[in-house]
Amino acid sequence: MREVAVLGIGMSEWGELWKKPLRQIFVDAASAAIADAGVDKIDSMYVGCMTSGLFVGQEHLASMLSDYLGVSSIPACRVESACASAGVAFRLGYVEVASGVSDIVLVGGVEKMTDVGGDGATFALATAADQEYEVYHGVTFPGLYAMVANEHMDRFGTTREQLAHVAVKNHKHGSMNPRAQYPFEVTVEGVLKSVLVADPLRILDCSPITDGAAAAVLCPLGLAKKLSKKPLVKITGSGHATDTIALHDRDDITEFAATKRAAEKAYKMAGVGPADIDFAEVHDCFTIAEICVIEALGFAERGKGGEAAESGATALGGPIPINTSGGLKSKGHPVGATGIAQIVELTEQLRGESGKRQVKGAKRGLAQNMGGTGGSTTVHILEVA
Amino acid sequence: MFPARYWREIPQRYRLEATKCKSCGKISFPPRSKCPKCGGTEFEETKLPEHGVVRTFTVIRVAPSQFVEQVPYAVGIVELHGGVRITAQIVDCPLEDIKIGQKVRIEFRRIQEDGNSGIICYGYKCVPAP
Repeated sequence: MREVAVLGIGMSEWGELWKKPLRQIFVDAASAAIADAGVDKIDSMYVGCMTSGLFVGQEHLASMLSDYLGVSSIPACRVESACASAGVAFRLGYVEVASGVSDIVLVGGVEKMTDVGGDGATFALATAADQEYEVYHGVTFPGLYAMVANEHMDRFGTTREQLAHVAVKNHKHGSMNPRAQYPFEVTVEGVLKSVLVADPLRILDCSPITDGAAAAVLCPLGLAKKLSKKPLVKITGSGHATDTIALHDRDDITEFAATKRAAEKAYKMAGVGPADIDFAEVHDCFTIAEICVIEALGFAERGKGGEAAESGATALGGPIPINTSGGLKSKGHPVGATGIAQIVELTEQLRGESGKRQVKGAKRGLAQNMGGTGGSTTVHILEVA
Repeated sequence: MFPARYWREIPQRYRLEATKCKSCGKISFPPRSKCPKCGGTEFEETKLPEHGVVRTFTVIRVAPSQFVEQVPYAVGIVELHGGVRITAQIVDCPLEDIKIGQKVRIEFRRIQEDGNSGIICYGYKCVPAP
């Protein structure tokens, strides 16, 4: 296996992009990544997208996006694993370069979510759960995570305020990110007074609906050393795991076993443990998700994820800053693009390009991206080369 | 809801049909052709136990269109006797009275209003049990 570098990164504008179609949003991000990489060709492409069919009625993105990017002869492939689509696309691109099959691979993710109304978006997102045995009974995605939250609160004593602290922290981080969709700060009181969606989760516990894309260019580390004038970033760990689609089929719904398994693989491959990670981007689709995930990743003891948010341990300046980009919560969550946007944040931090939200001395970062209620997860570790 | 899609789940939704693995005894609901616990491929038919406890729950305030008229309503993960877990609505009690650990039993109810297909959807819901 060859060592693999992240040679270039790029993002489109994120938000409610009424004037831009999916194809343009993707091309904006991919072109930025190719320019950042300084390459004049790519050998192959993987694009994460959860459900363009339901959001904009368009499938066959492999053809459309390679065409509009002006690389229409290359092998291209759309990857779907619900909200982990881009994390999986990144892993496939990594494997393709590491194996020697291709030298320069573009990995990206895109979602155009605002062409449908709230009801259409709720339906599209719910397809990541079991349609016949969960969604049929009226449960929504916030509802599924709300059930996780209620069990976590009941078993471990996690408080409603601790959930709010996750949102407060991530919005504070996001306020320093010029690309965040909602770059404003929120307060604990503000979260607790926001509209109830599914008890105990309120609207400010939920990540937003977002149009956006992100992309990265991968190549062998040896080639990156010749091509790049920027600080080099390499991929040292990659883990990927799945779990049951129905939340009720898991013996422990607060454990997020797929995240745990993917992390074990990534840590082993990189030869490091949670204590060696300087900062992380994790999948905070709901505040409770960040709490469970940082426990599964080993950044907090079991049951203590809420305390970690409340104490400031996971804030910038703390021992393990989580979601310095603002996370899904503040930066936005175009579902099929999120996994690569996490890689963009990791790469910028490791290059020292993060401005006001720079983690001092960042040498090693981790990205965790998951689909559904944790039915699929990828974990990647990136380091300064 | 397409008619075939609704029709083929009727054995589970109306009659609670499940399968029990002949080698390890694990009950699968809905039925599977491979046991998720031991990998066994031989099963006997069984019916879901109708009593269980609420393991966790939520109250849905923002609902999909087929459920809008029911808002607010409770949905929970219910662990039935024997260990099988299902997701179902919890009805016939004030929302504020629902607790983790509460005993419930399954009843046959209307689940969703008729949508574009004109099919009214039925199935199981949970009600408080002594």
